[in-house]
Amino acid sequence: MAFEDWRPAASLERIKIRAKVLAQVRGFFAERGVLEVETPLLSGATVTDLHLHTLATEAEIPGLGGPTRLHLQTSPEFAMKRLLAAGSGPIYQLCKAFRDQEAGRLHNPEFTILEWYRPGWDHHRLMDEIENLLTVILGAAPARRRSYGELFSTELGVDPHRDSAETLRRRALKQGLEDVAGLDREGWLSLMMTHHLEPTLGRDAPTFLFDYPADQAALARIRHDDPPVAERFEVYVNGIELANGYHELTDAGEQRRRFEQDLEIRRSRGLPEAPIDHRLIDALDHGMPACAGVALGVDRLVMLAAGASDLKDVIAFPIERA
Amino acid sequence: MPSFNLNQVKVGLKILMGNDPCVIVDADFVKPGKGQAFTKIKFKNYRTGRVNEITMKASDTVEGANVVDTEMQYLYNDGSDWTFMDLETYDQITASKELLGDTIQWLVEEDLCLVTLLDGYPIVVTPPNFVIMEIVETDPGVRGDTSGGGNKPATLTSGAVVRVPLFVQTGEKVKVDTRTGAYVSRA
Repeated sequence: MAFEDWRPAASLERIKIRAKVLAQVRGFFAERGVLEVETPLLSGATVTDLHLHTLATEAEIPGLGGPTRLHLQTSPEFAMKRLLAAGSGPIYQLCKAFRDQEAGRLHNPEFTILEWYRPGWDHHRLMDEIENLLTVILGAAPARRRSYGELFSTELGVDPHRDSAETLRRRALKQGLEDVAGLDREGWLSLMMTHHLEPTLGRDAPTFLFDYPADQAALARIRHDDPPVAERFEVYVNGIELANGYHELTDAGEQRRRFEQDLEIRRSRGLPEAPIDHRLIDALDHGMPACAGVALGVDRLVMLAAGASDLKDVIAFPIERA
Repeated sequence: MPSFNLNQVKVGLKILMGNDPCVIVDADFVKPGKGQAFTKIKFKNYRTGRVNEITMKASDTVEGANVVDTEMQYLYNDGSDWTFMDLETYDQITASKELLGDTIQWLVEEDLCLVTLLDGYPIVVTPPNFVIMEIVETDPGVRGDTSGGGNKPATLTSGAVVRVPLFVQTGEKVKVDTRTGAYVSRA
């Protein structure tokens, strides 16, 4: 008999759990006076992040003057920051995001994202709120907080802020990780994280990791301690990365430099060019309030709420059946 | 052969590792939200049967292997080479005694075997899961014992030795599971 791939991959029971989680999220933010917003999924500009691959389409839109390349968002971050700069106050969004070249047990190229911003807050205060949300939705125990540096130092005996790629490599091999040729510093730290540390994080209670190496700042502000750290955090539950957040970078000049630096590396590696979002730069130039923001993978959250272990079990039609 | 990157490898893909043909038996994509993607693949070596794993990063590729599994009929042997034929194309291939190793004891003329070819040359011959062969030698055992309880060695036409119940006698045909070498029933 032919495989019936018209049917949903997720059971009806889990489709109902998804609906409940979405309702809980909306209730959570309504109670706290955070405004729900919608921003475009399609945009002329896109992220420059070296490890994100954007899906794009050629569009024929009346009024835009001929064929236009539009990108599906990898997250609603840039548009939401423009709202913040326009004085929106605290905002959240539940929407779809798209990432090419990502599929697996914990990845679907089209996924649901929850992103929110808290003007006036730093990343630690935002972590408190995330902890509350996880208690409401997952009934999670009080969370643990560990700095990125302490985790790597305790578990692997490395200094992730200062050690060279070669030092990290030697340490990784000693821990039984296999050699991967040509990895840079960030590559080794990623490998240690995904292959060695991540599966152990957040087992009994959610774990927040905070203060990342400055070279993994992404869009976080850098605190100039010794060593300098990026005010960035991630949340892990049951060995799964659930959310990534920042005490946000608000400096337009610094933001432009980071974009341009990414583009330079993209060119040197033969990666596709990514048009810089000048409207974001202009918004930062105008002035975005100091704030903390976070993006959370809703499909993974539903998976945890449903006690499932594969995203396919909580998405009605994952990409293979889309 | 084409090569495959970390987004193209998948379970069942045949690849060359070193010079050995292998089949991917597990592929696990991992990627931090911010950071590099990796795919960890496990692959089984056709020649040795061993399973190994590697982690691929974005710029890595593995080379594809022109490996095909074909059902072929075992025809005959001349003591050093065993000949098989594709029943659709009538193509014949030979496999050496060295290549076949212990598989020889499960080859029955006219049985269909799975022959794995690399670039047209056999690398593995898998006999059917069950074969039927005649017993050429076994002790007479205890007459009248048909209930099992106790067994004895029996030599089959191919030279294979299997444990059979005491009531099974020389000249009878038996069904054997080639994966375990265990007696299944009289045939």
